[in-house]
Amino acid sequence: MGTNAITTQKVNFKVFRFNADEDYLPYYEDYSMDVTSEEVVLDILNRIKWDHDGSFSYRRSCRHGICGACAIKVNGRSTLACKESMSTMIEYFGNDLTIEPLSTKRAIKDMIIDKADFWEKHAAVTPYLVADVDECPSSENLVSPHDAEELNEADLCIQCGACHYACPVVEINSDFFGPAAFAAAYRFEADVRDSDGQRLVDVNEEKQGVWDCVKCFECAEVCPKEINPIEKITKLHQMAFKRGVAKNNVATRHAVGFLHSIKRHGVLDEGGLVLYSEGPSIIKHIPVALQMFRKGKIIMPWNMPKSDNLDEIQKLIKSSSTVKF
Amino acid sequence: MKKLKYALFTGCTAKQSTPEQMMSTMAVAKKLNIELVELTEASCCGASHLQDYDDFLSLVLNARNIAYAEKHGLTMVTICNTCQLNTAMTKHRLDRNPELKARVNEKLAEVGLEYKGTSNIIHFLYAIIDDFGLDKIKEMVVKPLSEFNIAPFYGCHNIRPSELHDESHNQKENPYNPTSLDDLIIACGGMNVDYEEKNKCCGFHVELQAPHTAAVLTGNAIAGATDQNADMMVTPCPLCHLKLDTQTKHASEAIGREVSLPVLHMQQMVGLALGCSPAELGLKHHVTDVNFI
Repeated sequence: MGTNAITTQKVNFKVFRFNADEDYLPYYEDYSMDVTSEEVVLDILNRIKWDHDGSFSYRRSCRHGICGACAIKVNGRSTLACKESMSTMIEYFGNDLTIEPLSTKRAIKDMIIDKADFWEKHAAVTPYLVADVDECPSSENLVSPHDAEELNEADLCIQCGACHYACPVVEINSDFFGPAAFAAAYRFEADVRDSDGQRLVDVNEEKQGVWDCVKCFECAEVCPKEINPIEKITKLHQMAFKRGVAKNNVATRHAVGFLHSIKRHGVLDEGGLVLYSEGPSIIKHIPVALQMFRKGKIIMPWNMPKSDNLDEIQKLIKSSSTVKF
Repeated sequence: MKKLKYALFTGCTAKQSTPEQMMSTMAVAKKLNIELVELTEASCCGASHLQDYDDFLSLVLNARNIAYAEKHGLTMVTICNTCQLNTAMTKHRLDRNPELKARVNEKLAEVGLEYKGTSNIIHFLYAIIDDFGLDKIKEMVVKPLSEFNIAPFYGCHNIRPSELHDESHNQKENPYNPTSLDDLIIACGGMNVDYEEKNKCCGFHVELQAPHTAAVLTGNAIAGATDQNADMMVTPCPLCHLKLDTQTKHASEAIGREVSLPVLHMQQMVGLALGCSPAELGLKHHVTDVNFI
């Protein structure tokens, strides 16, 4: 038996309230409770409903971190309520906690949101195995342990939406598929049995595509199943190059431009990279470039620094490169 | 106190578009009597973009950079959040995967190098806070920034992914409630400003391919700080600095509101408090004028 004593402390909750059928604007209600060190966030939602206001609404189902229904935000952090301990939340944020739905602008009633955009984007990446399987196969379609490892836990996603609504790009670009959809796309692209040829092309499209990820790691940080969606996004980038479906555009040239620059200078030639990525469109950067030039923030090509022992870097690039574009 | 000595990985930006980052780093190191051995052999870390193209090559190049720090027997110190991320992530992966480490070392052997895994990698922010000590910095402040409300802007790659912090990279900073910059502002005598965007993304990494997304994120950050009466922002990341300092016109257009604040590098703020001159700290290199000095 464990010997850790259960402790109790007072926590002040500020809770988002909104009923789309009755309220014009959302509002916040305050609740103060004694919280024990054994409780999870879902226990608090239950106590608000059972002890304070029966109309308080939220989604829940399994209570075991499997169904993904109860994801909400605590002090702005996406969290799966049935899995996240209150002790951790108090350790992160102190004793004043704000409880909100995953997306306040999509709220229907209190913690319940309309996840239609999430599901539409999920569906758009062909989130299932595409394979022409014989109805009466003569043998099993075996997947080696090595090939199974390539899925990298992507199939553990429970569609809770924590990463999707934590992603800053989803908030700005309504076309952007978002980290959960990309993780689903990776799940099937990485499956050796899958024969879909279009999925990777689709997620590489501009606007909704993987190249608009800002690399902020919010998705990795909030995922309750430790799926690390940004790792899958990076792998989709790499797959696009390896399988030859990466289009020649600003985003892909930006990635490849690093190689050219490092090969030539060791360090990055920042101006050269922008020129390589943008081509003639670089002209739109001239006003900012002039401002930077006036402030001594742009160096001339003939003053470009080079790494010492550049020959070593060039030799390693020659021997270690694994991709061509 | 034993003199602190690090291997300095400057990154590319400090030698090009943020010369003031390099100047202020050296000025603060001198004030604090910290010795920095510049890794002049180092290459670009790939900035998360080479990694999109050729993962193995990026591992080899970053392992080479770390190998040079190891040759000096020193902890590597970085002055760019993205350099910190890519270098620390390389170490994290190689130290946990002997097979991958062996493959990388097979390549490094071609140029007479070996990645051992003996050097730690920390951002200069955490070197001066944790190794030098906030209390000692506080004692050395000669020009407290007491007239100023200062908004910290942490930058994603110092605080996320927190799995890297387990190995003492960036001293276990809490990504949802980071405190290092706030503490440093207070130690310099300033008033730290709390605002929602302080640990959010500036949008730098999609500036070329998704300029509207990048501009909105930049605008929101400056607006968030402005709304809390900040006189200036301060950041440990030169990439965040570039976005916040040079892109105010696009950011203002994107969010439909005029926004502009001076954005100091973390080193410049510390340098000012320690009595360095504006010239030593390169304050004239900012696009958004630093005119409160």
